[in-house]
Amino acid sequence: MAPHEIRRLFKRSAISNQQKRRDLALLRQAQQRADSQNRARSIATSVLSLLESSQTDDLEPVTEGSIEREEEYKEGIYFSQASRLKGSEAKKWFSRQLMIPEWMIDIPYPLSQDWYVFARPAGKRCFVVSSKGTTVGRLRNGSVLHYFPSLLPNGAKVKGLSGPTNGYCILDCVFHEKDQTYYVIDMICWRGHSLYECTAEFRFFWLNSKLSESGACNPPSRHHKYRFLPVSIYDCNQLGLHAAYMGEVPYVRDGLAFYNKHAHYQAGITPLALVWKDENCSEYFLDTDAKGQIPSQQQVALELHDDGKLTTSDEPPVEFGCLTKDILQKMDLQPGALLRFSIGKEGLRLLDGKLEAADLQYVCRVNRTRAFADSYSKILFQYMARHCPLPLKDLLESVNMPSSPENAINDVDMTE
Amino acid sequence: MEVTQLLLSAQSPDGNTRLSAEETLKKFQEQDPSSFFVSLSIELSNEEKPSESRRLAGIILKNSLDAKDIITKERLSQQWFSIDINIKNQIKESLLRTLVSPVNEARHTSSQVIAKIASIEVPRKEWPDLIARLLNNITQQNSSSQLKQATLQALGYVCEEINPQDLEQSEVNSVLTAVVQGMAQTEQNVDVRLAAVQALYNALDFAQNNFETEMERTFIMKVICETAVAKELDIRQAAFECLVSICSTYYEMLEPYMDTLYTLTSNAVKVDEEPVALQAIEFWSSICDDEILIQEEYGDDEVESTTATNFQFIKKALPVLVPMLLETLLKQEEDQDQDDAWNLSMAGGTCLGLVARTVGDDVVPLVMPFVESNISSPDWRKREAATFAFGSILEGPSIEKLSPLVNLGLDFLLNAMKDQVVHVKDTTAWTLGRIFEFMHSPSSDFSVVNASNQPRIMSVLLESVKDSPNVADKVCGAIYNLALGYEDCDSASSLFSPYIGDVISSLLFTADRNDSTSSRLRSSAYETLNQIVRSSNISDTAGITVQLLHEIMRRLAQTVDLHISTLEDREKQADIQALLCAVLQVIVQKLSSSDTTKPTVAQVADQMMLLFLRVFGCNSSTVHEEAMLAIGALAYATGPQFEKYMGEFYKFLEKGLQNFEEHQVCSISVGVIGDICRALDSKILPYCDGIMTHLLKDLSNPVLHRSVKPPIFICFGDIALAIGEHFEKYLTYAMPMLQGAAEMCSTLVAQDEDMYDYGNQLRRSVFEAYSGILQGFKNTKAILLMPYAGNLLHFIDAIYRDKERDEGVTKAAIAALGDLADTLGTNVKTLLEERPFYKDFIRECLATDDEILRETATWAQGMLNRAIVS
Repeated sequence: MAPHEIRRLFKRSAISNQQKRRDLALLRQAQQRADSQNRARSIATSVLSLLESSQTDDLEPVTEGSIEREEEYKEGIYFSQASRLKGSEAKKWFSRQLMIPEWMIDIPYPLSQDWYVFARPAGKRCFVVSSKGTTVGRLRNGSVLHYFPSLLPNGAKVKGLSGPTNGYCILDCVFHEKDQTYYVIDMICWRGHSLYECTAEFRFFWLNSKLSESGACNPPSRHHKYRFLPVSIYDCNQLGLHAAYMGEVPYVRDGLAFYNKHAHYQAGITPLALVWKDENCSEYFLDTDAKGQIPSQQQVALELHDDGKLTTSDEPPVEFGCLTKDILQKMDLQPGALLRFSIGKEGLRLLDGKLEAADLQYVCRVNRTRAFADSYSKILFQYMARHCPLPLKDLLESVNMPSSPENAINDVDMTE
Repeated sequence: MEVTQLLLSAQSPDGNTRLSAEETLKKFQEQDPSSFFVSLSIELSNEEKPSESRRLAGIILKNSLDAKDIITKERLSQQWFSIDINIKNQIKESLLRTLVSPVNEARHTSSQVIAKIASIEVPRKEWPDLIARLLNNITQQNSSSQLKQATLQALGYVCEEINPQDLEQSEVNSVLTAVVQGMAQTEQNVDVRLAAVQALYNALDFAQNNFETEMERTFIMKVICETAVAKELDIRQAAFECLVSICSTYYEMLEPYMDTLYTLTSNAVKVDEEPVALQAIEFWSSICDDEILIQEEYGDDEVESTTATNFQFIKKALPVLVPMLLETLLKQEEDQDQDDAWNLSMAGGTCLGLVARTVGDDVVPLVMPFVESNISSPDWRKREAATFAFGSILEGPSIEKLSPLVNLGLDFLLNAMKDQVVHVKDTTAWTLGRIFEFMHSPSSDFSVVNASNQPRIMSVLLESVKDSPNVADKVCGAIYNLALGYEDCDSASSLFSPYIGDVISSLLFTADRNDSTSSRLRSSAYETLNQIVRSSNISDTAGITVQLLHEIMRRLAQTVDLHISTLEDREKQADIQALLCAVLQVIVQKLSSSDTTKPTVAQVADQMMLLFLRVFGCNSSTVHEEAMLAIGALAYATGPQFEKYMGEFYKFLEKGLQNFEEHQVCSISVGVIGDICRALDSKILPYCDGIMTHLLKDLSNPVLHRSVKPPIFICFGDIALAIGEHFEKYLTYAMPMLQGAAEMCSTLVAQDEDMYDYGNQLRRSVFEAYSGILQGFKNTKAILLMPYAGNLLHFIDAIYRDKERDEGVTKAAIAALGDLADTLGTNVKTLLEERPFYKDFIRECLATDDEILRETATWAQGMLNRAIVS
């Protein structure tokens, strides 16, 4: 019996990479094949066309296919049927596509290593979609803010500027009234490439390098009705925090946004993006009512369920209270209604950061144009704002903790 | 016909006589196989005939019944099968009679022919009395030793040819009884005893039931152990071979015998002759294999598994096993590094390496004292053995355990590269290579190489690569492993950037050395160069990589102009061209990976393509494969510009597509078509008739290696996606092929892992093809695909129902489902409604953790809803 062939090679194995070369070549081919197939399938474009068709769809009646809707709703999957939804349902669908930050009720750790910070522009949060020669700005609730030409890829019907026809873009922006500018706070698709599955680190890098190249940051012109500007994004160290909090910005600041560097873009409420504010960095530290006045007691909007429970909009919902059957009947309230309460003298009772009880006083029904109840973090943030706000000092202390030598990854990374 | 003379002439020293005799024999076989077989068997059995003609008659018979190539093998067994049964019986009787022949060669050849016939007939139950007849030869009182020997050989060969399920348990029992009796000490005849041990070796696989009975197992083990100390060397060696085989087949039954086996093997290692000692070491290596496999498959926690128990024989034997192995390391041959030596020292070191992988940290304290006390010895054997021992245990133990030792020893080893003795340097360089292989992993933030020792490491390696060819070869290995650590680790690879210039020059110089008789060093140097390019940080090394590209092209141009006069020249030219094309492929792929360097490839594309075409002209298959891979990478880098090369390149592409013998070449060529499709898009159209013809021909060719089929199906998809509606004329040919493959998938039974993988590749490729074709027709003439929609849905349904399906297959199936709805829309509404399974399939895919699958399923759902609802 000859010695084991592999044994013989223990000390004399030859370096041969032919198989590795084959494998790498196959890998390259497979990746490129997947790219071209996906281009052919235009996966993201189909989503887009649905976004576009929705504004005319309001005219069409809802017909078939509605039986399974509720179930699919929860799974977040029905791009095609979205186009057939009407009114509030359509708005609800579109509002689900934006990533909604939680409010910061405690400080994530390690803030300085894993997070970015930037000054949030005050204004209307929008989806901006450029495709087939038009740009659409769409509010959080799904309704159209502007139809306009822009220098975003395929954002205007201009020869030579648009590039490949399927090179659409989807941006997450805040429209700032005062200077009529869309401030881009996140990038979801660029030239047909989806950034959904990319980390914030990569999306911001891409945003900073690609946006200005496109000419979208130029002042308005005939083919470019509104200007787009990136916001300065900083590593969340002491310098970054100061810059975001105090530094000069061309817009009205509305608190600070914190984004986890490793998080993907995710539709809906996420704890991996956070909002924080105090009275110095936001005109709207305490919530105002419809007349712009700060009510004497904190107001919250909660959703009524068929068992009488009152909950927030979180997934899963957090229960704040419960109405008895009698009251429901007496007041003729339907499940699904949004109800406004004020928080009474007893306030919120928290145990180990969890809600134990809430002193709720019924105010009124909420206007149905509003799609959502308040989130738990928002209620808590507002509650703290009135009683024991989370001060800037605590944030600064948190980033100064000598935990990590890498605290000082330079800010230039993202803003150059 | 006078066969004897023919058979003798066929062995004549005179070429013409030989050739004409061979011709005549061949004609005889073709014209009348029955008579041919009969004549040869008569010749073989006839005691009057010369032994030379009898032997050749037997060999030709044997070769007329079996072949390595599976297709020929099938043809030959069909030929035998079709011979008249009476003639076959006559032949078999004559062969059995020959076993008693006094002429050893006739007996032996006859036993081989019997086994070949058995391999055809026993599985079909067409030779029911074979085993009984053979056993009768042994049990009969008056049987000669010669008959016993030949019969035992025949039994051994028969067992080698057939599978355990082909014999009844009662037959197995009788065979084992006969064989074990033949092995016993009471057997006086040495030849009989040897034949018996060798037969047992082949019969071990049949003994499953017998091994499960303790009494029988113990008896068999006892006889083998007695045989392992027989007086005759070859009997002892054969007995140890049985033990090696037993420890992989019956590992879980060995425990009661381990003490005995340990004593037996360690005696053999210490005092027996080398062939026996090597088998004794192999015994322990096989035990390591078993335990490593168990640990890999079931984790090394000591949970009793129902399928495999780890008895930890190695761990238990460690205190005695390791010293025994260390002793063997001192038994080097003087010139062991000169060729592929296999001796005690090599086998011992290899086994030690396996022991380290089996037990991990525990081996370290047992080996280190030997290393420390010998590594500075004035005796080169001790220095080499110490280094070999250290190098052997670098894989297995934890990094925590090893890194202090390696940190401490690294400088010593670097100094040892100046040892007086080549063997020591050779082993030291090998050990450095192992250190970089296992202890240098910047991508996981661990490396024994750091900014302070790296300059010295590099200067020693670059100096030592000039040493004798064997040492230089190992140094290339060390540089290779060092570079490999930086692959896919851009941040750390910059640390390597400052050295790359010098490393590349040294490797180019090494590749040019002509002081070595073998081509091994040249090959190592170029392969190492490839790894350097792959691992380099392109933003640091763009310039130098482009320089290297020009140098390699210059070298390739030289090989084309080489004067070729002998076959050897031709081979050498082909070897060098294959290596250089490989380097070009790696460089092109590297430069194409970055937008800043990609244009540099386009600049030299003309020149490079011209070179490749000239290389194709030199005609050699390995070059063909490497050059093809390079051209695929080039097509990607150049894009539509590649069109201008198609006219010239096409004929070589065709050649590749027709290369059935070297299926890798064929497969790679098919893959390159995909690259070209993506580079040229619809401009590939003029070549499609030709390409499709070849692909379809390939698929219907029975000798095509199965591994080429999936790439061909995928290629259909690539072509359709590129040329769209122009694919129409191929539909009637391509679609039935896809349908056939889909049907085959459902009948495919995965007997082993290879077959299982192949089945999945085939399934995936069929879906990829459907996807490409559906997307190709999306914008025009989609309706042409309606006739095929039902089949596709049926196939997807079948895949859905297979709960064991592979994830890659699932992805491809879901994508094809979406493509079907995307392209055919409401046309498939009715079809879908008839097969509501798709809803469950989508739901299942939406619930997975795999993001890509979820995304594809979401998209597919959108497409399906559109088709159903509107």
